[in-house]
Amino acid sequence: MIYLQLFFEFFKTGLFAVGGGLATLPFLQEMSAKTGWFTLGELTDMIAVSESTPGPIGVNMATYAGFTTAGVPGALIATLGLITPSIIVILIVVGFLKKFKDSPYVKAAFDGLRPASTALIGAVLLGLFVANFLDLGAWMGLSAESLSVLKWKELLLGAAVFAGTKIWKKLHPAVFLLFGAIMGIVFQL
Amino acid sequence: MNLYLDMFLTFARIGGLTFGGGYAMLPILEREVVEKRKWCSEEELTDYYAIGQCTPGVIAVNTATFIGSKMAGIPGGIVATLGVVFPSLIIITVIAAFLRNFADNPYVIHAFAGLRVVVTVLVLNTVIKLLKSNVIGKPVWVLILFALVLIASFVFKISSILLVVVALVWGLFFGLWIKKGDAK
Repeated sequence: MIYLQLFFEFFKTGLFAVGGGLATLPFLQEMSAKTGWFTLGELTDMIAVSESTPGPIGVNMATYAGFTTAGVPGALIATLGLITPSIIVILIVVGFLKKFKDSPYVKAAFDGLRPASTALIGAVLLGLFVANFLDLGAWMGLSAESLSVLKWKELLLGAAVFAGTKIWKKLHPAVFLLFGAIMGIVFQL
Repeated sequence: MNLYLDMFLTFARIGGLTFGGGYAMLPILEREVVEKRKWCSEEELTDYYAIGQCTPGVIAVNTATFIGSKMAGIPGGIVATLGVVFPSLIIITVIAAFLRNFADNPYVIHAFAGLRVVVTVLVLNTVIKLLKSNVIGKPVWVLILFALVLIASFVFKISSILLVVVALVWGLFFGLWIKKGDAK
């Protein structure tokens, strides 16, 4: 029952990913390791697509993952799975909005949840570093050249784009993604 | 126009106009929901948005559910939420279908290798921003929690769900305990 499984996995993501944006990322990474529905590389592609198309990133990622796993119904079911916990929780919270807003318990809980969410996304970042900038085959001693452990072309591109995002802060991420895609083709990454 | 249809279309427009989600949505919400349609006040919107960040799930979805349910109860909340995700469903499905057909094309493969590098940088920027607002300059118990979760997740591959639950309990314990200490 792939549909039920899709719904359940994305329901969990929607329920535990707090803070929006890339907060869904650690859960999706875990999902890829556990279910094999998509690879870490495909997940990275999904981020690229989500950053350059309209709509909330979490929803885009659920739609993309659902589609690659089980076609159009999969896209629909994964997205519904992701948003169902939100709808339920918000409909409950809306009843005692003021209390929720001023509650010291809620504040304390989020003082814990925010750094944890940051750390979880940080762990994904480390994984992306390893996947995109290190050549693990060379690391294992398959290559004689010790310096080839680092993927130099990728590192240079990464450094250039990082500098670019700091200099042109207002520029839309899609511009940098387009640049990266062109560089990828030109330099045969 | 029927209120449900109006809400669905309005939130579909908001979903279709927001690039990147999160904070990018606020100005568009202000214009469409507060100024044009007067479905809620500026202050209410800010409240919804703040709580949307403090509840699980996607912020845009949470905010849509809030406004929809305020306007027309539970069905309103559901209709507004379906509206906000509708454009994503269509756009992403089309792109995913396209990519599937061209996945073996060498140009597409090289292009995505470049994209992955840029994505890594974008995630790095997000993490730097999050570090500045959530970790740096915070009490020691926050720093310890951050380090523990990072190591547990990256090195030991411990389940994110478990770590979120631990962080919740950790926050309640230290947050309330330290607050008590301050009051003394």
